[in-house]
Amino acid sequence: MLFDSYTTDGFYDEMFTDAGVPRDSAKLLVDTITSMSQQELLLRQASAERLLLHMGITFNVYGDSGGTERIFPFDLIPRIVPPQEWVQLEKGLKQRIYALNLFIDDVYHDQKILKDGVIPREVIDSAKSLRPQCIGLNPPHGVWCHVTGTDLVRGGDGVLYVLEDNLRVPSGVSYVLENRNVMKSTFPKLFEGMAVRSVDEYPSRLLEMLESLAPMSNSNPRVVVLTPGIYNSAYFEHSFLAQQMGVPLVEGRDLVVSGGYVLMRTTRGFERVDVIYRRIDDDFMDPKAFRPDSLLGVPGLLEVYKSGRVALANAPGNGVADDKVIYAYVPDMIKYYLREDAIIPNVPTYLCWRDTDRQHVLANLDKLVVKAANESGGYGMLVGPHASAADREDFARRIEANPRNYIAQPTLSLSRVPTIVDGHAEGRHVDLRPYILYGKEIFVLPGGLTRVALRKGSLVVNSSQGGGSKDTWVLAAAGGRA
Amino acid sequence: MNRRPLLSRVAESVYWMGRYIERAENVARFVDVNLHLMLGGSEVDLSEQWRPIIDTTGDSAAFEKRYGDPTRENVIEFLTFDPENPNSILSCLRAARENARTVRDTISSEMWEQANKLYLMIMDEGARNRAAHSAHDLFAAIKLGSHLFQGITDSTMSHNEAWNFIRLGRMLERGDKTSRIIDVKYFLLLPKVEDVGTSIDDVQWSAVLRSVSAFEMYRKRFGRIQPDRIAEFLLLDGEFPRSVRHCLVESGIALHAITGTPLGGFSNPAEQHLGQLRAELNYASVADIIAGGLHEFLDGLQTKLNLIDECVFSTFFAMRPLSDAASA
Repeated sequence: MLFDSYTTDGFYDEMFTDAGVPRDSAKLLVDTITSMSQQELLLRQASAERLLLHMGITFNVYGDSGGTERIFPFDLIPRIVPPQEWVQLEKGLKQRIYALNLFIDDVYHDQKILKDGVIPREVIDSAKSLRPQCIGLNPPHGVWCHVTGTDLVRGGDGVLYVLEDNLRVPSGVSYVLENRNVMKSTFPKLFEGMAVRSVDEYPSRLLEMLESLAPMSNSNPRVVVLTPGIYNSAYFEHSFLAQQMGVPLVEGRDLVVSGGYVLMRTTRGFERVDVIYRRIDDDFMDPKAFRPDSLLGVPGLLEVYKSGRVALANAPGNGVADDKVIYAYVPDMIKYYLREDAIIPNVPTYLCWRDTDRQHVLANLDKLVVKAANESGGYGMLVGPHASAADREDFARRIEANPRNYIAQPTLSLSRVPTIVDGHAEGRHVDLRPYILYGKEIFVLPGGLTRVALRKGSLVVNSSQGGGSKDTWVLAAAGGRA
Repeated sequence: MNRRPLLSRVAESVYWMGRYIERAENVARFVDVNLHLMLGGSEVDLSEQWRPIIDTTGDSAAFEKRYGDPTRENVIEFLTFDPENPNSILSCLRAARENARTVRDTISSEMWEQANKLYLMIMDEGARNRAAHSAHDLFAAIKLGSHLFQGITDSTMSHNEAWNFIRLGRMLERGDKTSRIIDVKYFLLLPKVEDVGTSIDDVQWSAVLRSVSAFEMYRKRFGRIQPDRIAEFLLLDGEFPRSVRHCLVESGIALHAITGTPLGGFSNPAEQHLGQLRAELNYASVADIIAGGLHEFLDGLQTKLNLIDECVFSTFFAMRPLSDAASA
């Protein structure tokens, strides 16, 4: 049987408390899986993979000149989130997004939090993702982070921590929806008796949120999704979301600014656009306002946005709160704006621009994870215990040359979930990325992307670096299916 | 009417998606029927049987430069798998899939999956082996895959503007390919007056009909195999779905559905030129065509089809000047 020789190896396991002892919320699932032959499981795994290939659910690998596509590896054993834990997470995420949004608005207006000395001014002024172009801007509803994909990890102590906020252009939600579809069509039996909360409403919620941003004058707003194009690694997701919402997927070259409005080129001439869900980074969005060499953007877009004649989600400039140094201050923000303690804690973080922190980091590079303040996707990162001496020296030099740009955190022993490897189950490390929408109110999708580091012992879950994914089952509280 | 606007870029992509799938199917037809022909006609020089196929696709110069004399193997390679031949089945299916990928939000998921599957089939490591050992099986699968795509398109996608662009692309492509088949075969077969009435003649002409799945329908319509009747059937028949006239009628319906202009008139150059060509075929007789030179007629037909394609491009896909934007 699949779990016969399964051990937790001393890690926190999301499915078992100990070898052979499933957690309460996972008992039924473990029973169902155990009742199946290994051959049946492997057949279903293969048919899930074939389905993903035929559906073309692939991502592009950067640095490969042919624009090679790969399937995002998918593992059949779901990750379970018990109902009571989800309730706390949902509260904690809402609290965090609410505070972060107040912070961004404050940074681009009065900067009270800096004046009151809660966050040092130099941290903000030196943040690469601060956009002076956005000072004084008032986005609809005062919301800057419309779509967030917060990365959570569970440490060896069993506590869930926020690892990164991902406010800028978070991706992955299409995999949440498609993974569920694949599970339902290849493995319907697993759902029997389980009150798994649905993730299907995401596209409707997203559309509703986007429509709520439209300029007041328009009762039938035109929403579009703006993609950098088919060579972007998340192109599948861009087309998927546009398709599911029933709105056009546009590229920069389809849009033009004229007469103070954003227009799109159609077979019948030009049509006005009201809301743009843009999946292009700030830098590339508008060559007139940001990087002049961008070919992906729409010249003049920011001016129209400032005048309130088009809405953008996410709001440009919100990346300032994504800076990993500023991340360290989020619990202080929550206290400052909401007078509450953070419900979901941060991972303890050393800020290399502080002399004492830096000395500690440099002396303990073999134990820590070092990250560049402005990178994402697992790039610009050193996992100390797994790195070579040469890599550590390289990072030490980089830290000393630019301390503001580096932070360090203890190497967490991320929790594990059983994963099918060579026909049997082995523990693999995972994280969890729930998705949060913020329009008139905050909505947390009951589910999320569980990314899994498929290489034995690896802690890096990014798809660009050997990661895969699992379906994530948030269970409804007893008393009914949600 | 509150119609959902269609991006010019998307319209162009779905149009080419329709064309490329149809083109892949037609290339599969040419090759497949020739393979069959060779099983029956051993009295003629077999290598000569492959040259007309290359001529039909209009790529003979590129072929000779790279492959030299045509053989069964190198023609199949060139027309099926050669990524450098822009009209090989592989290139067409790749282009169709790339176009489909850029419009995944516009077409149905089922259509995308079928375009993707077709491409994965021709890219599969076993496909070359299949072409060598059970070629008919491979080409039948491609034809079926194209029909499936068409069926899925018609039954899962709203018959909206984008759908009409797919149909327009498909029908213009099909009309063009049918006219090329007639052209090449007539040019090769009819000048040899002494062949008329011999068994080879019948076999060859039946092959022409089979390559466009017209053999059975022709029999029902005209019975005996006669070159002029075949030309009439493939050019002017109003009911057979691969005849040039039928393709033009269908193209016209699609084009006028896109613009909303009534079928009797025109509001842009694409409609005008297509309408003129349609009228020409509606009132043509095959005797007049042959008397005036079939090859010359087909040459003119292809030039006009190209012109229509150019007009479709400039009317719907080309970037408009920004000065038009003020009126939006």
